[in-house]
Amino acid sequence: MYAQMIKTAGTGVKSPEEMTEEERKFQARVDANEKIEPKDWMPDDYRATLIRQIGQHAHSEIVGQLPEGNWITRAPTLERKAILLAKVQDEAGHGLYLYCAAETLGVSRDELTEDLLSGKMKYSSIFNYPTLTWADIGAVGWLVDGAAIMNQVPLQRTSFGPYSRAMIRICKEESFHQRQGYDIMMKMARGTEAQKRMAQDAINRLWYPSLMMFGPSDKESVHSGQSMAWRIKINTNDELRQKFVDQTVPQAEYLGLTIPDENLKWNEERGHYDFSEPDWKEFFDVLKGNGPCNTDRLTARQEAWSDGKWVRDAMLAHARKKAAAKVAAE
Amino acid sequence: MTRDEALFEFCLRMGDSTLVLGHRVSEWCGHAPVLEEDIALANTALDLIGQTQLWLGLAGEVEGKGRDADQLAFLRDAWDFRNLLLTEVPNGDFGRTLMRQFLFDAWHSVYLARLLKSSDKRIADIAEKASKEVAYHLERSADTVVALGDGTEESHQRMEAALAYLWPYVGEMFAGDAVDAAMAEAGIAPDPAGLREEYDALVGRVLAEATLEMPESRFAHKGGRNGAMHTEHLGHILTQMQWLQRAYPGASW
Repeated sequence: MYAQMIKTAGTGVKSPEEMTEEERKFQARVDANEKIEPKDWMPDDYRATLIRQIGQHAHSEIVGQLPEGNWITRAPTLERKAILLAKVQDEAGHGLYLYCAAETLGVSRDELTEDLLSGKMKYSSIFNYPTLTWADIGAVGWLVDGAAIMNQVPLQRTSFGPYSRAMIRICKEESFHQRQGYDIMMKMARGTEAQKRMAQDAINRLWYPSLMMFGPSDKESVHSGQSMAWRIKINTNDELRQKFVDQTVPQAEYLGLTIPDENLKWNEERGHYDFSEPDWKEFFDVLKGNGPCNTDRLTARQEAWSDGKWVRDAMLAHARKKAAAKVAAE
Repeated sequence: MTRDEALFEFCLRMGDSTLVLGHRVSEWCGHAPVLEEDIALANTALDLIGQTQLWLGLAGEVEGKGRDADQLAFLRDAWDFRNLLLTEVPNGDFGRTLMRQFLFDAWHSVYLARLLKSSDKRIADIAEKASKEVAYHLERSADTVVALGDGTEESHQRMEAALAYLWPYVGEMFAGDAVDAAMAEAGIAPDPAGLREEYDALVGRVLAEATLEMPESRFAHKGGRNGAMHTEHLGHILTQMQWLQRAYPGASW
């Protein structure tokens, strides 16, 4: 899940009696699975929550380029290098669609970027973990993209039209990325002793951070109830996490890798795997800025933005000169 | 030097230039001034790595010693690389990266246009595929050079500095040797010296639009295409690029 701990604006789900006429009509459209389009009337809190959610998702795509980009220059074969480049390019493209979707709600990409760089807006906690070996590139594709897909597939049916359409496009590419990640893991897990060690080490480090991607349990959260009523959240965090574990455990077994959880076992009665919760204290530390890579990731983005200012200024100045020359010629 | 030996060298020159430049461009990943540029840089790097697979694949085939593109890319040391020196110089700022790209793309497009008519079909086929990609690279790098040269006072100064730094690496593209003579004689590739005029005209047009002056000096650093003397930078590129293959010999990835 690339959007975590999104605070839903407002005071929670309203009863039909508490709603205004406009709100009732809006809710009826959402309940009938109609898509809400940018020019339609929508509650201010719906708009504000979507900006937070789509913005955080977009930021995650952008910051997510860094841990993967970290291995492009060291990819072990030309084909792996090309695949990784294409993947990172896709992620940047996802950021672009999502910023465009957010712009339809009345916020500019530059405003969202400033909020990311000032720390006011967050990106997914997962990108604050390092990629230390080539197996991490496999594990990021398999686990991180796998977890993202769990959340994004249902969001294809979300109520806001531009977000839903962005998700449809993104999901196609993400499932491709996940298969590529798994393919790297297969090679590693069937490779030399050193490669097997890298693969196991990657899952040891990335398993719990991947579970954290879904966010803490939101069973009791009123805010979450409102987001679900608006259909900008489709499943609870716990449902998605369970689904992810159920899907991933057999894949790990197939690879011959051990998931680092002594409590992991199939529960016949529930029809699901039982598993250990991640360390939520660590999760909140990462959100506060104390993850292993928070400072480096944010600094990299801040430097890209400040070092690039002269380029953006120049492109704008040139475009204005051209436009002025065109007007003068007419 | 037999014809196949010359052909092998020629393929390395093409493939090593795209490999090393692709590596340099990919260093930008996640650090570009705007998102669209991140996408464009990754796209350019991706094309160049794809072309590398074709050129080095053919080099291995021509050599006939069982080396494939990966073995050539990851298991040769610096002195066996045949890339243009221009491709290995550090990225510098975004302006220098795009100026380097433009100076390369202009040569690449002129050269590939000739290779379309190569007497060796394998080369004509690679040129056919690559020239479509390079037409787009050139359009984009030329547009960016124009925008940054013309944009603001600061951008103009930065582009002037970039051009001054990179210009001495241009001449190597046109310095022919025995390999080029053998290729020209066999109708495989053109004599590079004969392309200078067309290159200067193309580059001159774009620089004029960018309000930049084309340097007069014809001084040229050489030694990349023939491997006689690379810059200090290539070794560092290879240290990174070849790390996994060198550290874990024989592993399959």
